[in-house]
Amino acid sequence: MTHLINLTITKALQKLKSGEITATELTQAYLDRIEKFGADLNCYITVTPERALADAAASDARYAAGNPLPLDGIPIGMKDLFATRGIRTTAASKMLENFIPEYESTVSQKFIDSGAVLLGKTNLDEFAMGTTSKTSFFGAPINPWQIEKNLTPGGSSGGTTSAVASGLAIGGTGTDTGGSIRFPAAITGLVGMKPTYGLCSRWGCVAFASSLDTPGPIARTVDDAALLLSAMAGHDEKDSTSAAANFYVKDELPIIELKKLRIGLIKEFDSVEISNDMKRLFDARISDLKSAGAEIVTVSIPNILDALAAYYIIAPAEASSNLARYDGMRYGLRVEGSDLIDTYKKTRAAGFGEEVKRRMVVGTAVLSSESYEVYFMQAARVRRLIADAFDRAFEQCDLIVCPSSAGTALPLDSDLTPLEYYALDLFTVAQNLAGIPACSVPCGLAENKLPLGMQVVGQKFDDMRVLQLAKHIEKFAGLDNKPTKILGK
Amino acid sequence: MFTIKGKTGEWELVIGLETHIEVLSNSKLFSGASADYNPTVPANTQVSFVDAAMPGMLPVLNEFCVEQAIRMGLGLNAEISRTSKFARKQYFYPDLPQGYQISQPAEEPPVVGRGWIEIMSDDGKPKKIFIERAHLEQDAGKLKHDMNPTKSFADYNRTGVALLEIVTFLDIKNPENNSFITSPDEAETYLREIRDIARALDVSNANMEEGSMRADVNVSVRRAGTNEFGTRTETKNMVSFKFIKTAIEYEARRQIEILENGGTVSQDTMRYNQADGTTSVMRSKEDALDYRYFPDPDLLPLIIEDETIENIRKTMPELPAATRARYVKELGLTEYDAARLTETVEISNWFESAIGDKPTRAKPIANWIISELFAHPEHCVLDKSLQRDDSLRIITPSDLAELVDMIATNDVNGKMAKDIFIKMLDGENGSPKQIAEKFGLKQMSDNGAIESVINEVIAKNAPQVEQYKSGKVGLIGFFVGAVMKATGGTANPEIVNKILKDKLS
Repeated sequence: MTHLINLTITKALQKLKSGEITATELTQAYLDRIEKFGADLNCYITVTPERALADAAASDARYAAGNPLPLDGIPIGMKDLFATRGIRTTAASKMLENFIPEYESTVSQKFIDSGAVLLGKTNLDEFAMGTTSKTSFFGAPINPWQIEKNLTPGGSSGGTTSAVASGLAIGGTGTDTGGSIRFPAAITGLVGMKPTYGLCSRWGCVAFASSLDTPGPIARTVDDAALLLSAMAGHDEKDSTSAAANFYVKDELPIIELKKLRIGLIKEFDSVEISNDMKRLFDARISDLKSAGAEIVTVSIPNILDALAAYYIIAPAEASSNLARYDGMRYGLRVEGSDLIDTYKKTRAAGFGEEVKRRMVVGTAVLSSESYEVYFMQAARVRRLIADAFDRAFEQCDLIVCPSSAGTALPLDSDLTPLEYYALDLFTVAQNLAGIPACSVPCGLAENKLPLGMQVVGQKFDDMRVLQLAKHIEKFAGLDNKPTKILGK
Repeated sequence: MFTIKGKTGEWELVIGLETHIEVLSNSKLFSGASADYNPTVPANTQVSFVDAAMPGMLPVLNEFCVEQAIRMGLGLNAEISRTSKFARKQYFYPDLPQGYQISQPAEEPPVVGRGWIEIMSDDGKPKKIFIERAHLEQDAGKLKHDMNPTKSFADYNRTGVALLEIVTFLDIKNPENNSFITSPDEAETYLREIRDIARALDVSNANMEEGSMRADVNVSVRRAGTNEFGTRTETKNMVSFKFIKTAIEYEARRQIEILENGGTVSQDTMRYNQADGTTSVMRSKEDALDYRYFPDPDLLPLIIEDETIENIRKTMPELPAATRARYVKELGLTEYDAARLTETVEISNWFESAIGDKPTRAKPIANWIISELFAHPEHCVLDKSLQRDDSLRIITPSDLAELVDMIATNDVNGKMAKDIFIKMLDGENGSPKQIAEKFGLKQMSDNGAIESVINEVIAKNAPQVEQYKSGKVGLIGFFVGAVMKATGGTANPEIVNKILKDKLS
């Protein structure tokens, strides 16, 4: 019999429906594993065992009554950026260390409505700012692959990738502002889907950069990601940027015919230096697709290498504004000063970590009246050019593929400069600037036996085909990402 | 034209106004919380998670507030932008939970573009005042500093309530092609007109005392007859017509003194000191805040369809300017009376209802409303912000119509009518006619009866009759008084006068 922890969502739902397993058994298995490995992996900021068991009992009752919900009994981890009513929601910041919201984010509410079981709130980079999850006030989560090497599970959704890869959650949520779902998924052997901007509501999700923040699923298989996305997606009138669109998959993704598909490669990425492993695995998957009948074409996104610069202007600018509300006046940390200004200073100095402060300083600077035109407006123009170029590229191809990262997971104690860390987002930020869907799917193992991923990128609201192509790549890569294999039983 | 005489000559004033009116709406501009923040509402009970700027909360634009802005825009004869944008104006202050105000700053197209209104200028001629823009923005909360010696408290009930900021236009590039406010009185006239339009359209109560209307006042001066504009100062947050006029004049004189002494005016932000009517520098130009405006990424551009504008246009009532013109032209009222009777729609409706189909009633009813009813608003529900008190005898338009008709038909005289009015205020029910009957208030208009009283009076006062006949015609008053006294005040004074004069001549 398959270890409960190794069940995919698809499989688990079948067994729950058939009565072979109960939601309580499945949830208990995950809680036991969290008990065993949680402290070492540091992937949860808050574990909610009582809530999880209550959710599971309710699911079992619905199964018994014959009216289960779409994700009934599926135990997930929720990135600690989504507000959960009555459960501490920290954004991995000292500022919100003890913040308990009185409201439920739209995304987490949709999981409740789908019958999913909440295991806890997963770790992340502080306010989702980072690529390693090292900026968390609660310490970094650890990548379960070759755990002894103390590698990063990526960021900012590193708590979720650490938990899902290690079997401390069957799947989970992330948010992707510049790659925060796709990069960590890639280096933990998982599937990470950044949907079209606007497909999943941002309401109740702690804001980093509003025009880029995109909630999405992280899972072990593409089908699982599609099921999670089906629960998360949908219009929300509480979010003005939410699209009048939906996404729905029942049981599993329909197979897409590769023979009729034109797949684009981005010419400008040829000049980007990537590891031999990444190149080898990427080329192998391309030739798989070609052999299966797909047509491979080259497209051009002329300004795509400027995306990183534009991103690191727009995202900090919005962040500097979005984080102004953490002023110690109404909730969150407050450090008394000698007067109002001093209280602001002391509160924000104590409440925010280095990286958050760095980005707020940058953001404040680029929005100042003397810099606005040359930085912020220029970045906005680059963003427009990139979005337009993607539109034109999709006249020549159906979907685009590209690497998810240059190489495998780095040790947590790597001593990169901030700019070197920012460069890790090179393959992911342009898709956020354009608001288009992109899914990172495992493409194989590197020489060092660590996983690598590649992305499928589509036009706005072409999320379904993005996942359908990713499913083919997943099959070609054949990566074994069973948690018991990665971390042991 | 209004000028101020300095040591070296005459100076003209160039005045710009940024008027904030609080938009009437059930809920706030970007949240579902009630927009009712009046002082009787307990602090912090009308605050949504959005208003409190809780993590992850997002603004959703209140469409009704946009409709209100369009309505006001049409009232200002203005262009309505088909596409406008919201941006964030950023600064830290405890009354601003988000750390930014969502507004439509000058860099972005506002919901309401160029327009104009007409006011009566100081020289008694109509004058257009050009409007540059009107835009929607969030109001801030209120801080209370008097509850604790060391702490301040914040009330967020007002946080996020919709404001419409109406900005007058000055074409700096074409100094000769302008029409703007040039005196303190015109500033007041302009503000009253904005207030009346807002009230007629039900867009705002626009009440300065209640804080639902505030103004920032820009003032500069220039030598009389010149076209170039001087450097302006801005005096913030003015909350009464009187203060605004005092501040404009003080600020103009201060600038003139600086200029006449060879100095230069600095583009400062001023504060008005209520105690002594002076202004002082709040923030110098060098210390101007950098608000780091940028488009609000939580909100999409505001797109307004032609159909929306046309639907609103169809429901536009007559505006105060048109009502006033009609009262002067068709009803023969003075400009002053017409202005008083169009301050709110409630008043003009009441007035027109009392006139009914008899335009001859217009002048006496206007006089009664202005001199009597305005002193007793609680009895006529002319002010809708007043709570209706059912224990009071409400005076209706038909009551007043009946009363003036009784005067016109000589059933009662003015004194009697006033008595009937006072009895109504005192709670006497029944129509004016019934009250007159009940209290025997009926004017004696029968010539024969009056003549016999006059005969008696003449007989009793022979010496005075002699004096009158010898030239002391001023004694007519004495005789009238005696006749009135003898009839208990019921004689028709006109008839008494006429018969007396006949008899004594």
